[in-house]
Amino acid sequence: MSLLKVQNVSRNFGSLIAVNGVTLTVEPGELRAVIGPNGAGKTTFFNLISGFFPPTSGRILFDERDVTDMPVHRRVAMGMARTFQITEIFPELTVGENLRIGVEAAAGFRLRPWLSSRENALLSARIGELMEMGGLAAKADRLVGELSHGDQRATEIMMSLSLNPRLLLLDEPTAGMGDQETYDITQLIRRLHQSQKLTIVLIEHDMRVVFHLADRIMVLAEGAVLAEGTADEIAKDERVQAAYLGKAA
Amino acid sequence: MNDLMRKQAFTALVWILLLSMPYWLPFFGGYTALSSRMIVLALAAMGLNFLLGFTGVLSFGHAAYFGLGAYGVGLTIKYLVPSTALGIVAGVLIGAVAAMIIGALIVKLRGVYFAMVTIAFGQVFFFIAFRWNSVTGGDDGLSGWKRQPLDFGIGTLDILGNDKAFYYFALALFAAAAVVMGLLLRSPFGRTLVAIRENERRARFLGIPVEQHIWLSFVISCVFVSLSGALYALLNNFADPRALRWDQSGDFVIMAVLGGMRSFWGPLIGAAIFVVLQDRVSSMTENWQAFIGLFFVLVVLFFPRGVLGIIRRKAAA
Repeated sequence: MSLLKVQNVSRNFGSLIAVNGVTLTVEPGELRAVIGPNGAGKTTFFNLISGFFPPTSGRILFDERDVTDMPVHRRVAMGMARTFQITEIFPELTVGENLRIGVEAAAGFRLRPWLSSRENALLSARIGELMEMGGLAAKADRLVGELSHGDQRATEIMMSLSLNPRLLLLDEPTAGMGDQETYDITQLIRRLHQSQKLTIVLIEHDMRVVFHLADRIMVLAEGAVLAEGTADEIAKDERVQAAYLGKAA
Repeated sequence: MNDLMRKQAFTALVWILLLSMPYWLPFFGGYTALSSRMIVLALAAMGLNFLLGFTGVLSFGHAAYFGLGAYGVGLTIKYLVPSTALGIVAGVLIGAVAAMIIGALIVKLRGVYFAMVTIAFGQVFFFIAFRWNSVTGGDDGLSGWKRQPLDFGIGTLDILGNDKAFYYFALALFAAAAVVMGLLLRSPFGRTLVAIRENERRARFLGIPVEQHIWLSFVISCVFVSLSGALYALLNNFADPRALRWDQSGDFVIMAVLGGMRSFWGPLIGAAIFVVLQDRVSSMTENWQAFIGLFFVLVVLFFPRGVLGIIRRKAAA
C-alpha cells in the first residue's frame, strides 16, 4: 500500500507549464529525492502535493484518499508536513514557543481556551523531547530569529515533526548552508528517517546530500520526469548528465 | 527582578491605579466621568488590539460594533424594557451577530484590502444610524433614555445618580473582559493567533485553518468593542451616530498603537493618554485632534512599540 500516489499531475501558470504530467509513488518508510536543474518545477510539484495550490489536472492520493483539492490544514491532519526553501518559522518567538504551537496543534488543542496542568506537563515533555532530537535543547529560550541558519532550519524540521507526520516534505533543507551546517542537517534527516521510520520526500540541490540520503531519486526537467531510479542508476544516466551539464554534453 | 515578577508587579500596579482612580484623578484636575470614559474606551482599544496586536489583522471598522453596542442598549432601554443589564446583553448580542456575518464575508482578505472593506461595512452602519430618523434619532443621536439602577435582588445599585457607582460597575465589566482576554491569549487558541500574526504560511502548514481562527478572533474582538460601546452609551445616556463613523474606528487604532499594540496593557495606556489629551486640549482649542495627531506621529516615528514599549525598554535596561 503506497503512502503517496501522484498521478499524472500538471500545473499551468498562464501559458507556462510548470509541471507537466508527473507521476510519483512513494512507499511507507522510503526516503525519496527529487532533483533537477533550476526552473524544473520541483517546488511547484511540492506545492501541489502539500496543497499550496491545486493542480490543473491529475490526481493526488495520500494514504489511499484523494487529497487533490483538500485544504492544507486537513492534509496536515492526515499526516502531511512540509518545510520550505526559505525557512518558514516564527522568528520573534523562542524555540520552545515555536515547537509548542506545533505540539498543541498536533494534540488537537488549537481551539482550546485552557489547559489542565496534566496536559501542560505532557506537552512540555513532548517539546523537550523534540528539542533534544533536533539538537536544540540548549537554545530553548532563544528567539528563533537570532539563531544560525542551520538551527533555524532544524527548528523548522522539528516543528514539522511535532505534527507526528507520516510524510515529511523537505524543500531544499540545506539551501544556503555551509559545509558543517549541511552535514548537521543531513545527519538530522538521516536520524529521523531511521529512528522514526519516517517517510520523506526531499528536493535538494546538493548532490552529496542526495546520494548520501536517498533510496530512490526522481529527476525533473522542464516540468516533466526525466529519469527515475536508484542513486547509481541516476548517476550513470546520460540524459540526466545532459540536463545538468547542458545540451553539449 | 526577573521578567515574570516585573510583569506581575506591573499588572498589580495597573489594577491598584484603576481601583483607586476616582479618588486620585481629581488631584490632577480630572473627574469621575473622565475615569469612566477612560476605562470604557480602553476596553474598546484592548478589544480591537486582540485582533490587531495579537492576531496581526488591522480593522478600520470597529466603530461599527462600538456603535451597535451603543444603539443596542439605547434602543432596548428606550423602546423595549427599562433594564440596564438586558440593554447591555442586547447591545453585545447585536454586535456579535453583525461581526459573525461580516467577519465571514471578509475573512479571506488580507492587509489593506481587509482594512478597506471593514471601513466600508462600518460606514453602512453609520449611514443607517444617521438616516433612520424615526428610530435612531438620526443626526441628533438617540436620546430620551437613561441608564437604570441595577437590581441585584438583595438591593439596588444606583448607577444613574452616583458617578462612582457607575465607574465601579464599568470597571467590574472591564475587569471581567480583561481577565477573559488575558486567559484566551495565554491559551493554545491564543497562541494560534500569535502564530498567524508571526507567519501565516507556517501557521497554515501546522494544520491551523487560518481563516476560521481569524474569524473567531474578529468576533471575539468585536464582542469586547460592543460591550465597550454599550457602556459608553450608558455613561452618556446617549448614543451618537458619530460613534459608528470611520474616524471613531481610527481613534481606536490610534489608542492601541499609541500605547503599544504588542503589549496587553498598551491600549489602556493609549486610551488614557488619548482621553486626557482630548479633555485638556479641547478646553483650550477646538483643534485638539491636531495635537493628538502630532503626538501619534511622533510616537510612531520614534517609538514604534508605543508608550509602553518605551517603559519596557527603560525597565529592561
